Amino acid sequence: MNSAWLTVLKRDLLQAYRRRSDVATTLFFFVIVSSLFPLGIGSDSAILSKIAPGVLWVAALLAGMISLSRLFATDFADGTLEQMLLSPQPLFLLVTAKILAHWLVCGLPVVLLAPVIGLQYALPNNAILILVISLLLGTPALSLIGAIGAALTLGARGSGLLVALLVLPLYIPVLIFGALAVSASQSGMSPQAHLSLLGAISLLAVVLAPLATAAALRISIE
Amino acid sequence: MKKIIFALGFVIAIAGAGLMLFVHGAKYLSVNIALVMLGAALMRQSAYFADTLFHNASPQTFYPTAGKMIPWFAWLAVIMAAYGLYISFAIAPTDFQQGEAYRIIFVHVPAAWMSMVIYLAMAFWAAVGLALNSRLSAMMAQALAPTGAIFTFLALVTGSLWGKPMWGTYWVWDARLTSELILLFLYLGFIALQASIDDPRKADRAGALLAIVGTVMVPIIYGSVKWWNTLHQGSSINMGAAPKMASTMFEAMILMALAFWMYTIAVALMRVRCIMLERERHANWVKSIGSEGKP
Amino acid sequence: MQWQSWQAFFNMGGYAFFVWTSFGLTALCVIWEVIALRSRNKEALRLTHLLAQDAFDFSQE
Repeated sequence: MNSAWLTVLKRDLLQAYRRRSDVATTLFFFVIVSSLFPLGIGSDSAILSKIAPGVLWVAALLAGMISLSRLFATDFADGTLEQMLLSPQPLFLLVTAKILAHWLVCGLPVVLLAPVIGLQYALPNNAILILVISLLLGTPALSLIGAIGAALTLGARGSGLLVALLVLPLYIPVLIFGALAVSASQSGMSPQAHLSLLGAISLLAVVLAPLATAAALRISIE
Repeated sequence: MKKIIFALGFVIAIAGAGLMLFVHGAKYLSVNIALVMLGAALMRQSAYFADTLFHNASPQTFYPTAGKMIPWFAWLAVIMAAYGLYISFAIAPTDFQQGEAYRIIFVHVPAAWMSMVIYLAMAFWAAVGLALNSRLSAMMAQALAPTGAIFTFLALVTGSLWGKPMWGTYWVWDARLTSELILLFLYLGFIALQASIDDPRKADRAGALLAIVGTVMVPIIYGSVKWWNTLHQGSSINMGAAPKMASTMFEAMILMALAFWMYTIAVALMRVRCIMLERERHANWVKSIGSEGKP
Repeated sequence: MQWQSWQAFFNMGGYAFFVWTSFGLTALCVIWEVIALRSRNKEALRLTHLLAQDAFDFSQE
């Protein structure tokens, strides 16, 4: 069972490596969106540091979301997904491998790049640290919840935008706690409560989302 | 099954009668009478319901049954709305602080309640359809969604129209209004997902999963929005404090809510009949409806 | 009855716009939904009749 899980993980990572441009686009999207806000609002660093938690979190959220439709689509197209459904390994475990690959490829780079963007927004150092921690805790939840949306819209018309409509309301708790954690640290208060709630949501997502995703995959492929 | 329905009717009737006797004497009288009547009807009809419950689980038998039920619920809605509106405008006194503008709550609060109740009902029927693999339950969920979205929209618009005279601004990012907005997104997502999948049965099941995930997320979303609101309490507006209400106001609100509920059932039954005709077009019973009567 | 006159009733203590827009919009949505459903039902029945007579032209749907 372990080898099947690892195989799926390695295969997804290999495919992402072969299509490095797809990974890069996610990262560039994050950078571009974060750069749009100062252009629209003005370069006053006081204002920018105030809006930074929300803006950066929304940018990370959107960047993760545009790569979601690719999560299952390529495997669906070449029939691999069907093989996963038919395999003796539990589908929800194989799904966790795919989601982990997605997070390593799309979520983790955003987490690593966030400090640079945080500097652009004149965030103090402790806030940048909390930003990174909050993204680290929250982006797995985004990948997990997003996978449910990706699985539900597999093969549906207009699936790119439809995933957004389905998944963005479900992202709201993660967004709220993530942004609140950073703004709390900005105003000198402890972000601990927010970070722990964020972690709780991620843990809940780890447990429940693969099951829902597997169910959605079975529905979409039958 | 018959005993369960009979017992349920008994409980509702006793609750209505008990409330009538022990709670504030004659006030809420109309509501309690409605409860007693509902309970009595359930008791009387329990045998019929039990026998027909699974019989009516197929579109073919439910189509005429729904057709017969619609006028009952439509008339109940009209009567309750008429009486509710009468109390709202003629009996309920002018509010000391808010003047006449408070009367908006007689549509705002019932619409908000219905938007939440309909989402739960929709998720319930969708889950039943998924679990029992029955087409009709899924069709019922599909029929409830647009009405729920309309009520959510009305709750948002009437809420902002109430907000302007009350707090001077059309939109306030308080926990309840924001949660209503998110609920609208959830409804629209459900409708959009079902519309985008061509195969009806696949659309049913995908929508059901989405509705279940939404139902699980709604408490988390509401909790996080409430948390967010208390921490970002920029203004001193506290929409959470419900004003002390005269009992007539409460009675009118309950009546309007019941009226909306009856209306929802009538409209959902109308819509599910349309859905049945559209989706079961190939079935013989639809064809026989087509060949009877004039075109 | 607590209203001095019909004029006072329509005026709603100065809040006429807010109150009547709210109730009016609610009534409008209710009426629109019912009308839309009735026409949907009529259309569905019309197609059912055509189908029953085997006169259904699938290119028209």
